[in-house]
Amino acid sequence: MEFTRRTFLKIGGLTLLGLSAKPGWQVFSKVEAPEPSPEAETLARKKWGMGIYFRKCWQYEGCTDCIDACHRIHNVPNMGTLKEEIKWIWTTPYEEVFPEHEFELAEEKDQHRPVIVLCNQCDDPPCVRYCPTRATWKREDGIVMMDFHRCIGCRYCMAGCPYGSRSFNWRDPRPFIKNVNLEFPTRTRGVVEKCNFCVERLAQGLIPACVEACKEKALVFGDLKDPKSEIREALKYKTLYQRQPELGTKPKVYYIL
Amino acid sequence: MYDGKKIILGLIIFLGLITYPIWHNTVSGKARYVPKPELPTDKAKKECVEPKTFIRVNHKQLLEDWKTSVVRNGVRTYQASNKKKFIMSLNRTCMSCHTDKTKFCDQCHTYMGVTNKCWDCHIFPKEIKRDQRDGIY
Repeated sequence: MEFTRRTFLKIGGLTLLGLSAKPGWQVFSKVEAPEPSPEAETLARKKWGMGIYFRKCWQYEGCTDCIDACHRIHNVPNMGTLKEEIKWIWTTPYEEVFPEHEFELAEEKDQHRPVIVLCNQCDDPPCVRYCPTRATWKREDGIVMMDFHRCIGCRYCMAGCPYGSRSFNWRDPRPFIKNVNLEFPTRTRGVVEKCNFCVERLAQGLIPACVEACKEKALVFGDLKDPKSEIREALKYKTLYQRQPELGTKPKVYYIL
Repeated sequence: MYDGKKIILGLIIFLGLITYPIWHNTVSGKARYVPKPELPTDKAKKECVEPKTFIRVNHKQLLEDWKTSVVRNGVRTYQASNKKKFIMSLNRTCMSCHTDKTKFCDQCHTYMGVTNKCWDCHIFPKEIKRDQRDGIY
């Protein structure tokens, strides 16, 4: 038989097709299902939440104890510029935190007063839906976690977050950290970060650093599923605000009037 | 072959030059260099989480598993093959014994030309102290 170019191409093509069959099948036959974590059940018994007596804060204007404590233990850098600012917990004027409360007869002076804001640890977090790499996800105990190892820095989550709770590391943040806490890693260039509800402290049985740092007890923290918890007691029979509840993100940070 | 002598001579010189690093390292003894990761001398720190042979081969997988376990699953205790329990932490567990990264991790990694990004975020205690003294941080 004469081995023509035509037969060579035919056999070559068939061989390639045959070789690609198995790997191809392996790729397309896989069903991706996230495995539940082994601790899922234990975690799911709790649902962490926070309450903020924002009017209490107003009596101590200029107090930054909670912010300082958080940013110190989490190695949050002070980048100096607004564009590169990294924030986990910070203050925003009342009118911006609750834009829907802007009435004609609203107290003028209250509108500009600073209100403590942080990641709302939403029950239906938009950032999680946006993340293409599952670098951010909601834990069973309600904490919206970040896996910095996995973040590719696409900043979709930042676009998705209606509260502006996420910051991006445009540069290596290390030179901008005054006192490094060796117990907690820093971040690197090209990842997004946000408040983690002190997940590492909760694992040790401690409360979040900001709550601990507040001398005036303007912040309360606890398990929302436990009817006897501090947070549930604090929320009882009170007027509560949430940030932009109409978005349906179900924040777990409550503002107590 | 035209100019055979020239070509062969040229080839020999070319091969000699291109293999220069190999025979230079052989002659100078660099090829026989073995990385010497320094083990902790403290007796209390003699025992690693797993046997040496396992760690040597699988430390990458172990650290990767620890990361997944702590970050994604919220499980922070590691049960070793001998039933001992350890906190899964690069800084608090590994680096508490192997205090100097340059004398331990870097020994093999530099030799093998391996780069890893652990220290982009995780803080290597001595590094920070040294840099802070120098006023970089």
